[in-house]
Amino acid sequence: MDLGNRFGDDGIQWGAILKDAGLAALVALVLALLLFGVRLSDGGGGGLEFRPWWVVIAVAAVFAGRAAVALWIGTRKPASGTALPWFDRAVARLSEHKRLLFAAFFLAVAILPLLPVADRRMVDLATLVMIYVMLGWGLNIVVGLAGLLDLGYVAFYAVGAYSYTLLAIHFDLSFWVCLPLAGAIAALFGVLLGFPVLRLRGDYLAIVTLGFGEMTRIIIINWSSLTGGSEGITGIAVPTLFGLRFTPSPAAGETAFHQFFGIPFGGIHKLIFLFYIILILALLTHLFSERMRKLPMGRAWEALREDEIASRALGLNPVLVKLSAFGLGAMFAGFAGSFFATRQGFINPSSFTFIESAIILAIVVLGGMGSQVGVICAAIVLILLPELARDFAEFRMLLFGGAMVAIMVWRPRGLLAHRVPSVRLGQAPPGALRGGLP
Amino acid sequence: MEYFLQQLINGLTLGAVYGLIAIGYTMVYGIIGMINFAHGEIYMIGSFIALICFSILGLSGVASVPLAILVVLLVTVLFTAAYGWAVERLAYRPLRGSFRLAPLISAIGMSIFLQNYVQLLQGARVKAMAPMVTGGFVVTERAGFQVTLSYMQIIIMALTLILMAGFSQLISRTALGRAQRACEQDQKMAALSGIDVDRTVSLTFLLGAGLAAVAGVMTTLHYGVIDFFIGFLVGLKAFTAAVLGGIGSLPGAMLGGILIGLVEAFWAAYFAAEYKDVAAFSILVLVLVFRPTGLLGQPEVEKV
Repeated sequence: MDLGNRFGDDGIQWGAILKDAGLAALVALVLALLLFGVRLSDGGGGGLEFRPWWVVIAVAAVFAGRAAVALWIGTRKPASGTALPWFDRAVARLSEHKRLLFAAFFLAVAILPLLPVADRRMVDLATLVMIYVMLGWGLNIVVGLAGLLDLGYVAFYAVGAYSYTLLAIHFDLSFWVCLPLAGAIAALFGVLLGFPVLRLRGDYLAIVTLGFGEMTRIIIINWSSLTGGSEGITGIAVPTLFGLRFTPSPAAGETAFHQFFGIPFGGIHKLIFLFYIILILALLTHLFSERMRKLPMGRAWEALREDEIASRALGLNPVLVKLSAFGLGAMFAGFAGSFFATRQGFINPSSFTFIESAIILAIVVLGGMGSQVGVICAAIVLILLPELARDFAEFRMLLFGGAMVAIMVWRPRGLLAHRVPSVRLGQAPPGALRGGLP
Repeated sequence: MEYFLQQLINGLTLGAVYGLIAIGYTMVYGIIGMINFAHGEIYMIGSFIALICFSILGLSGVASVPLAILVVLLVTVLFTAAYGWAVERLAYRPLRGSFRLAPLISAIGMSIFLQNYVQLLQGARVKAMAPMVTGGFVVTERAGFQVTLSYMQIIIMALTLILMAGFSQLISRTALGRAQRACEQDQKMAALSGIDVDRTVSLTFLLGAGLAAVAGVMTTLHYGVIDFFIGFLVGLKAFTAAVLGGIGSLPGAMLGGILIGLVEAFWAAYFAAEYKDVAAFSILVLVLVFRPTGLLGQPEVEKV
């Protein structure tokens, strides 16, 4: 990747660039020849479709792309450390007014469904994005603050969704009773699963949590008597606003939302109500993790993330510290899960695959691990854009994976990597340390 | 008893395949200390390339089955190894020296990318192939239950044995093997004594991908059905095998693979087939919790 030194004072060295791009094109030819050039027929039969032009286009694209990148790097002024200095400056300037931006954003989001332009689809999309923002913030506690790479976060999301559904259906409890219960059950699950494995090192932990995620899904699929198997469960009730239902024709003795306020019935009322629920839940998650960062427990999380051996030497119990982060992260996934169930009205195991975990992780990673604003930006980019650009939906996961790799290569700390330290030393009096430290 | 014997044979065959893939995980982990999450996808790409080659040979009318298998093996290994090399070059090498979890996240991204790449290029539907090698020996027979050892199973086991023998020679005798072991112990010191670390790592990825490609050819021949998603589960189980045997140890990877294959075959035969994946994952958790060094691994000391 070190192309910078090929440009001396003599200007652009076309020979070096062409040779480099030619080599890249050669590799692309080898990679593309069979998988691009030949298409297998579905099922058996052994029929083939040959597509030589695909190979030519792929190779030409790699050649041009590689040459363009080389030119771009070569003609740029030598960068100071990071790949995108202007971006860093912009992020740094924005984060000076973080609170203001945050408040403005939430105000804008909060009045969004009340605007006359808001239709069903818009409110629905906003709800979807907020679910992922909440999940991202919940996972951020585990990955961003405590530094534990959890690839099975969706397991707790599933536990939350199923415990809410089962409690609501079998015991006829309302959403507002089940929500804390579902969160508690998910947190309990987190603690139970986390206890044996949290002493493992980072990447082992990641694989084990992935295994837990898959195991949860397989058990849900096969335990049909409880969970309905891969068919799932339908007919989950919508929450009520202090007992007011969102139906056009309430049962006898009940008052519906539109009757109480004396307005005509509108299907969008329910969607707006659901949107405000998830907005409040997400805000709670955000406030919780921001407060945690200032409390001893949150500081212990960050200390453990930075250096486990040093924190242990300072007397922190790593298992307890990690377990608290894991359990609390799971709790928020449980909340989000019960909201998901009530919004959908039905649940089945196909909503809780590994890809879902990967999407939530991608939101946290791409946003910048530990950055709360980054999660919002990443959720908007990763959830909203594919929904709006339906034509490119099939490229969505491809771009997803590619973006994860690219971000790690160029900005390993995430897009909004600018992070304000949670703890700052006070300003030293002038001259106090002079000569004391090298 | 006959049923048991048949499951033993099936489990050994499956285990040989897991073992071949597990070697790729274990070698990469040994040398740069990362879990190459995209390795399962390399195996999946190997299966696709193998099926494409078989189909091309079938259309061009090559009649000799041994010749066809040999040609496909060579071509698949070469092309799949190129993928292994490219993945390392693009997604992992720029991250050397980055923070600890960066390569793993990059590898997960790569795995998602490769799955969707193949899905877009070849379609999401299942691809199938008529069996090329049929027939086999009847080992024993009683009360109408035949215990068969098919020719394909013999080929898989024999090929695995040959490759294992070749690989242990490669690691212990050749210059490349010495360079690999040196990089495993101390990369900086190895670089100082004249070993090209980047080249050694690249070759490690090439070799690992080559073995995964052999596994891909074998499973395509034996089971005959592939799709773009097969790499995920097989990769996880092969990784479990590598951990079970002791990550970083070649014989351990093979042993772990065979154990996982046996557990899966017997679990599916005697308990609930739908929970066989849960059994494999439980082994992973149990091994990591109670014996993190695996069966044949050496304890790792974390230094400040």
